[in-house]
Amino acid sequence: MLHLAVALDGAGWHPAAWREPVARPRDLLTASYWTDLVTEAERGLLDFVTIEDALGLQSSRFTEPDARTDQVRGRLDAVLIAARVAPLTSHIGLVPTVVATHTEPFHISKAIATLDYVSTGRAGLRVQVSARRNEAAHFGRRAFPAFRFEDLESPAVRELSTELFDEAADHVEVVRRLWDSWEDDAEIRDAATGRFIDRARLHYIDFEGRHFSVKGPSITPRPPQGQPLVSALAHETATGAPFRLLGRSADLGYVTPHDAGQARAVVAAVRAEQDAAGRAAQPLHLFGDLVVFLDDDESTAVARRERLDSLAGQPYTSDARIFTGTPAQLADLLQELGEAGLSGFRLRPAVAGHDLPAITRGLVPELQRRGAFRKEYEAATLRGLLGLARPANRYAVTA
Amino acid sequence: MSKPLKQIHLAAHFPGVNNTTVWSDPDAGSHIEFSSFAHFARTAERAKFDFLFLAEGLRLREQGGEIYDLDVVGRPDTFTVLSALAAVTERLGLTGTINSTFNEPYEVARQFASLDHLSEGRAAWNVVTSWDAFTGENFRRGGFLPQEERYSRAREFLSTAHELFDSWRGDEIVADRASGTFLRDARAGAFVHRGQHFDIEGQFNVPRSPQGRPVIFQAGDSDEGREFAAADADAIFSRYSTLREGQAFYTDVKNRLARYGRRHDQLLILPAATFVLGDTDEEAREKAREVRRLQVSGATAIKHLEFVWNRDLSAYDPDGPLPDIDPDLGEHTVARGRAQVRMYRDPLATAREWREKAAANNWSIRDLVIETGSRQSFVGTPATVAETIDSFVQADAADGFILVPHITPGGLDAFADTVVPLLQERGVFRTEYEGTTLRDHLGLDHPDAEAPGQRAAS
Repeated sequence: MLHLAVALDGAGWHPAAWREPVARPRDLLTASYWTDLVTEAERGLLDFVTIEDALGLQSSRFTEPDARTDQVRGRLDAVLIAARVAPLTSHIGLVPTVVATHTEPFHISKAIATLDYVSTGRAGLRVQVSARRNEAAHFGRRAFPAFRFEDLESPAVRELSTELFDEAADHVEVVRRLWDSWEDDAEIRDAATGRFIDRARLHYIDFEGRHFSVKGPSITPRPPQGQPLVSALAHETATGAPFRLLGRSADLGYVTPHDAGQARAVVAAVRAEQDAAGRAAQPLHLFGDLVVFLDDDESTAVARRERLDSLAGQPYTSDARIFTGTPAQLADLLQELGEAGLSGFRLRPAVAGHDLPAITRGLVPELQRRGAFRKEYEAATLRGLLGLARPANRYAVTA
Repeated sequence: MSKPLKQIHLAAHFPGVNNTTVWSDPDAGSHIEFSSFAHFARTAERAKFDFLFLAEGLRLREQGGEIYDLDVVGRPDTFTVLSALAAVTERLGLTGTINSTFNEPYEVARQFASLDHLSEGRAAWNVVTSWDAFTGENFRRGGFLPQEERYSRAREFLSTAHELFDSWRGDEIVADRASGTFLRDARAGAFVHRGQHFDIEGQFNVPRSPQGRPVIFQAGDSDEGREFAAADADAIFSRYSTLREGQAFYTDVKNRLARYGRRHDQLLILPAATFVLGDTDEEAREKAREVRRLQVSGATAIKHLEFVWNRDLSAYDPDGPLPDIDPDLGEHTVARGRAQVRMYRDPLATAREWREKAAANNWSIRDLVIETGSRQSFVGTPATVAETIDSFVQADAADGFILVPHITPGGLDAFADTVVPLLQERGVFRTEYEGTTLRDHLGLDHPDAEAPGQRAAS
């Protein structure tokens, strides 16, 4: 069985998506827009949605603002979108993006724990780093060198990338320890002794790292899932830092192989990092990321993509493979990549208003017919949907 | 002709980590589960309250080097709960306490602007400040701020956030499909702030929200705190819920407004208030006594005494007399992570006064703490409480109250069902929401974006 998620970002992943008749470009900052998208994803029994975010305006350039006015600019905080939608949905996982580079792990930990409470066990996070100089200037606390995409493998950029990904791994470590800093039964409400909690079941986390130290415990009790889902998008780089982050810290990684051969290689590389981190025995899902243009016949999908490209003024490119075709063709591809070792897929709808319903009403029934996707939600939590057990608390003393 | 009746503002403080919460009551529910928050918010909205209020603390309190375990411990994240509550309410304002010391303006501004969008104009921010290294141990920055700088940082934090909120005017998004123009202006959200505490620049990424800026609350009581409120806040969360103290505070703060070119009605004074209702006034008074005994166990009484004595008093019997030894006047080390320790500015005098009172009345330690601790603000039948609240507001002791029930989550239900209708009958509280935003409920102006520099010059 495959797992399926969708990545939600504004009007969709194609920069001209907002100009489609089906798009709602004036609603992107409203609760109803996001509720409608997530409700549609839940209608299709998807495992979860991710919500993109960043601590700066969107940009078509890799590391700097672009001053463009022809694309969607402006967005809402992803954690708060997820929380706003949580009470209005009941099964689907909610995985907002958080930027480790400029945020406090203490705040992020309690925010995602609380998202887990308000969704009764459906929360996760997608951790991201930012090397953008303009975003660093929004915080005024660190400065990064200027670089372009072509400089990615230069020594200075490799050093920066390693630092940011390793800091993200520390960030996740703190977030996870804080989730465990309350044992599940710490709240005792013992009227006889007047004690509300048993403080022996609360734990300082005493994390000390290169970028921060955090004492703990959290102010928020352990969330319903124990450990909400931790996920990250990772690309292959010469430093290996992104895959190392997956190996050390994640329950689920998004990867971008373009064919089955690349998928096998990526899976092997991540598994090696997982082994190196001593986590070989722990489940680590690897989801393939794909941008999708879905229509009932291939020529329609191709024509739509071309029309969008011409509106945008240039062909759409992506780190992920771009699929253009029918639900049946996509199902074929997903099954082929699944056999190469990917356990699921995160689909990036090119146009949210078109390609998301095409996933839920076209691709999902196709996969169900093939016996490759669930016919109903079989678990109450996100970890449950992904076949992940509720983990034991690292601080609890086993009797 | 008599003065027109003032309309009362009412808000509901979710009972949690404070010593008025009675967690041992059989009706007491979770302080963490969302169902408690949803129940509480729906009750407040059913009663047409102005807003719901959440407090915050960023480190678990400690006493004697151990986590304090006698009160409710633990709370969810403020922003996340408020955003979820926006989904189960339609008009109720959503006020969150957010610290200006252990956060950054860009992040907090985008969270409040996001909350304001997601709630269609119901967000409010209670700006608090702290400096202690104890809380700082949970954050990247650590305990970095000298105490005397906390208000200067808070004011600069708020003015920086204000610049970020105003960096979008509200007309930038045109989203014209035909021409392909999404934004009217590529520099939307541009800001530069060079200050003592923040040196930042760039573009804010949340377009202008329905209220323009969230409603700003301030809660500090010091002279600096009052000036901060008079200059920058829309409302004060104060602690003076008695008539005399309330009037003195009200007059003091409202008189400061003119200095900043502001009108009397541009800053609301909303004290926290507790209440106990009964079928008769005597029954309510009896219930109020019981509630105070539940709030102050023997163990709690000893801990409370330690705030003043700044010593380990665990060897004392709460049912026995007060300690003979004097308070330790050194740096406060016993209780950490709570504001109460700063309330006792002269511990020797407080200790002397308490010993005299206890001796005169034959009070034990626990009796003393119960008797000298704060009484419930409003005790009586619904008619008595409605009349008292109304008279306090008409006498300018307050513009309304932020009610703190002692039971979670049902502690507001009886007030909503019995007191609110009486206030409505008196013509001093709304029977329907007249507007959609919290600014509408509070009678505050909707601000236009100010150009950079305009604010500093005003």
